[in-house]
Amino acid sequence: MKHALRNPLALIGFSIIAGILLLALIAPLIAPYDPNAINVKAILLAPEANHWMGTDGLGRDVLSRMLYGGRISLLVGFVAVGIATLIGIVLGAVSGFYRGWVDTIIMRTVDVMLSIPTFFLILAVIAFLTPSIWNIMIVIGLTSWMGVTRLVRAEFLSLRNREFVLAAQALGAKDARLIFTHLLPNSLTPIIVSSILGIASAVLVESGLSFLGLGVQAPQASWGNILTDGKEYIQFAWWLSLFPGLAILLTVLGYNLLGDGLRDAYNPRSNQH
Amino acid sequence: MTWVLLTALMVSCGDSSSNKSIHTIDYSKDYPANSGGTLIDAMTGEPSGLIAMIAGESAASAIAGNIFNSLLKYDKNLELTGELAKSWEISADQRTITFHLKPDLKWADNTALTSDDVLFTWQKVTDEKTRTPYGSDFKLVTVAETPDANTFRVTYKAPYAPALDTWAGLHILPKHLLKDQDINTTAFARNPVGSHYYKLEQWKNGQYLKLTRNVNATQGQAKIDHLLSRIIPDKAAQFLELSADNIDSMGLNPIQYARIFPARPELNKNIALYKELGNSYTYLGFNLKRKPFDDIRVRQAINYAINKQEIIDGVLLGLGEPVASPYKPGTRWSNPVLKPYPYDPAKAKALLKAAGYEDHDGDGIIDKDGKPFSFEILTNQNKEREMTGVLIQRRLKEVGIDANIRVLEWASFLGRFIKPKEFDVVVLGWSLSLDPDQYSIWHSSQQAPGQFNFISYSNPRVDKLLEAGRLELNPDKRMKIYHEFSAILLEDSPIVYLSAGYGLSAIHKRVRGISNPAPPAGIGHNTYEWNIPQAYARSEMSEH
Amino acid sequence: MLKYLLKRFFWMIPLLVGISLISFMIMHLAPGDITSSEASFNPKASEESRQKLRELYSLDKPVIVQYSLWMKRMATLNFGTSFASHQRPVFWQTKDKDGNVTLGMIQEALPITLLINVLSLILIIAIALPLGVISALKQNQLADRVITLFVFIGFAIPGFWLALMLMYWTGVQHNWLPISGLQSLGHEHLHWLGKTLDTLKHLALPVFISAITGLAGIALFVRNGMLEVLHQDYITTARSKGLNEHRVIYGHALRNALLPLITIFGLSIPGLIGGSVIAESIFAIPGMGKLFYDAVLMRDFPVIMGILTIGALLTLIGNLVADVAYAWADPRVRRGVMQ
Repeated sequence: MKHALRNPLALIGFSIIAGILLLALIAPLIAPYDPNAINVKAILLAPEANHWMGTDGLGRDVLSRMLYGGRISLLVGFVAVGIATLIGIVLGAVSGFYRGWVDTIIMRTVDVMLSIPTFFLILAVIAFLTPSIWNIMIVIGLTSWMGVTRLVRAEFLSLRNREFVLAAQALGAKDARLIFTHLLPNSLTPIIVSSILGIASAVLVESGLSFLGLGVQAPQASWGNILTDGKEYIQFAWWLSLFPGLAILLTVLGYNLLGDGLRDAYNPRSNQH
Repeated sequence: MTWVLLTALMVSCGDSSSNKSIHTIDYSKDYPANSGGTLIDAMTGEPSGLIAMIAGESAASAIAGNIFNSLLKYDKNLELTGELAKSWEISADQRTITFHLKPDLKWADNTALTSDDVLFTWQKVTDEKTRTPYGSDFKLVTVAETPDANTFRVTYKAPYAPALDTWAGLHILPKHLLKDQDINTTAFARNPVGSHYYKLEQWKNGQYLKLTRNVNATQGQAKIDHLLSRIIPDKAAQFLELSADNIDSMGLNPIQYARIFPARPELNKNIALYKELGNSYTYLGFNLKRKPFDDIRVRQAINYAINKQEIIDGVLLGLGEPVASPYKPGTRWSNPVLKPYPYDPAKAKALLKAAGYEDHDGDGIIDKDGKPFSFEILTNQNKEREMTGVLIQRRLKEVGIDANIRVLEWASFLGRFIKPKEFDVVVLGWSLSLDPDQYSIWHSSQQAPGQFNFISYSNPRVDKLLEAGRLELNPDKRMKIYHEFSAILLEDSPIVYLSAGYGLSAIHKRVRGISNPAPPAGIGHNTYEWNIPQAYARSEMSEH
Repeated sequence: MLKYLLKRFFWMIPLLVGISLISFMIMHLAPGDITSSEASFNPKASEESRQKLRELYSLDKPVIVQYSLWMKRMATLNFGTSFASHQRPVFWQTKDKDGNVTLGMIQEALPITLLINVLSLILIIAIALPLGVISALKQNQLADRVITLFVFIGFAIPGFWLALMLMYWTGVQHNWLPISGLQSLGHEHLHWLGKTLDTLKHLALPVFISAITGLAGIALFVRNGMLEVLHQDYITTARSKGLNEHRVIYGHALRNALLPLITIFGLSIPGLIGGSVIAESIFAIPGMGKLFYDAVLMRDFPVIMGILTIGALLTLIGNLVADVAYAWADPRVRRGVMQ
């Protein structure tokens, strides 16, 4: 980690993420208004002293909605990636450790999943299941585990024949012990990197789903649906689209810079010493 | 160099006035109405076909309405008048209607249009094999006959008051092109031949439909040569197209109408705004099969707890009217005595208390038998309904009701919740026909899945009135029946009337001949008189 | 080479079976059965079309029979006709007894989406290649950082937001480009050159948006590939032999770094097709993404299934082509060393 933060971009990414996470965490403390408090007398106010980011079509405070919406958007990212990573680790580990026909089946499944346009899959499933925040997280998770699986498998395949693993095996270590104490900890870095990048994609996918009306549903705020609400007034009430647009941009950028920096730092070949 | 930079800066700052100002046209001059030009509008969805009885969606009816005629139509004051029919008479026993067609009617392909085509259309709409939801009205006809080529006669089993209205809604189809075809699947739906002002010239899938003046039109010649409907799914993109003068008309939402236009003088220079009271209203409907909504006190309490004026002001920005009956305010059928339930939270609480709901455990939410009063408000993806739901949620909270909102995409909404009746409360809208008959919405026999009385309303007195209303042809007696029906409905409160919004549209000022203010039938009543002066016609590559 | 090709080809069979399984599962995902979710208030039409659907997918038969019938449909690419769009054939054109040809929905939509994606791929390569190379050569210097930041911003910006802003800027404020749609009104009357120009103008924004969001992946791939190659022995050898630095970079390093890019293109097809939904909705372009989204909203199952299958098939073909190209470009694979 320290290593990666010597890279100025990774540092920027880290600071952005840390800042946004902090804001989302303390949202209830700093939000000036209840994010759902309606005020029909203060509709579509431009940013001003009382409403730093203006108000929306129902007179709700955009800043407060942004803060609370950030919690939802980030939650979607974390949970979705959590699901994908968990599936990926399990399948990748089984595949790389046991090899043979299990490996063949899992890898062919990965190929199948990779050949279907993922966003189509997500769209169809969410529409049929009716959009709810949980469905969105689960579906994004279930359609994005393939990368992690391949990663973990590759790590396991290469670690499997290393001396320390062979030695432990010779000493009679059980499979589970081998996996959990030797193989997994040594594969952690690429998993973390890919999770970080995955969160960025999930945040983008949520905003895309919101644009299509299948994202997090009103009245719950997410950056995606605040932005979608604002798009019709892009030339008039610019604050409705600018702030959520920037928030998504910064978050995704932050995760990408951090993830890329980490990958660079741990990839021995692309790192000059 | 500095100078160039400066100019560049000015151009990039100078909003839309920058390079278009050179071409600014003064749209206030008067010109005689001439024919020619193209009117471009935009729609969000593509029609599935142009046989309205099969397609059903609004995009299809909007376009098919320019291509096909009906026997009758509504004039600008919403009185029935002849379209293909020159006149009609009703027999003394009120069971038989005889339509006399205008002489020398022609299809766009120059074939004669006769009573045979009308009969054929009736046969198709009542055919069991035809997949149309509109057949039931026409199945009440026991005998349909064509005494001669210009006469069409139908006989009903009993007098049927909405009959004329139904004939004003049925597009007459050409027998000579459809007689050997399966109407559900025929290629005719994408390549129609009608008799109205326009005919289909080109249908570019997913891009646009282009109509051209029909020289054989039965109703005379329209002024504008081409109607072009572009398919632009995204409303924001539509508005950009309107701002850039690439389309001539689109429907607006209240924010665009009341906030954006007043703030953008350069838009007002070229675009005129119109508003008209539409034929629809928004309501909150209860699932009467579910407790506690079977209790009239609970329904009335919720009615008192909702502030309708706040919805009109907040969601419609004042561009709407309160409603107290399921009819357009100001029309004959709307009972002028009825007033909406006033906003009265105290009364709401009292009624809820009478129904057994009180906050026993002090958590701020009223409860009965240990169960808190909590339910879900379901609505479809419609910004205004969603906002209405949010306003209602807040008012209900004030009387101790915990309501959650769930917004659903239309197909799930219908298929998963409405048809199987898996809902507590919905926020939805009804669009109404001009005839007061609302049998299919309120009669207790109309509750099967997919039928319109999905809230399961059942009141013997209302059933009787609805049945009587269909048999009564005398307008004054009919009016009394529906006034009484509306009064009972308001008292019963199976739905809470929320508001009737204005239809808002923006039309480019190059289009002339539009009645403003809109007559009862709306600005669209005389589209054939709309015209585009030569001087204002869009410079198009297509005009060779 | 032939053996490799055959092997590669037979590999696709288990994948196709898997794809058929997944699409079959999706169809059965809708609660109840797929016939219960029709998108209209129409007691009659729904009963009718439910019956038709039941027949089409043999819903009364056991699941195994249904599945094998579905496999047969997939194998013959016969997805029937659309429910929502007045009986248009889902995949390919049909002719009725009067000789009227009705074009297939995918047949019309696919070339549009492919055109946009091919153009954007070309644009991506044109921009990403030099950026990636510069980035690698100036590793960890300012240029590298700026490029990385730039491509990531392109990736991170929500596409529809950028699209609307560009539409406003280039279409409303300056009238440089058309805002939406695929062709101008008088398109048919134009000379072929005019037609091409007109279409390109309409596609400019969608292609640009698609390219800007796809830039990061390729640019970084080139950068990291270059770095990896630059550190390899033979490059060091070439350098130590005193070869011109330019020749080292462009003659050896770049060529070797670019090879894996072929595979990446094959793999990026589903992402590109899937990503077309939003751009096509906002720019009013009747491509695969818009078609799929409409089908989902209308519960038009034949179209949904058709697009999923065709999309997956395209990916497989893309991968196959990429693999073959790779084998052709890299002699080691041809000789089977990589097996």
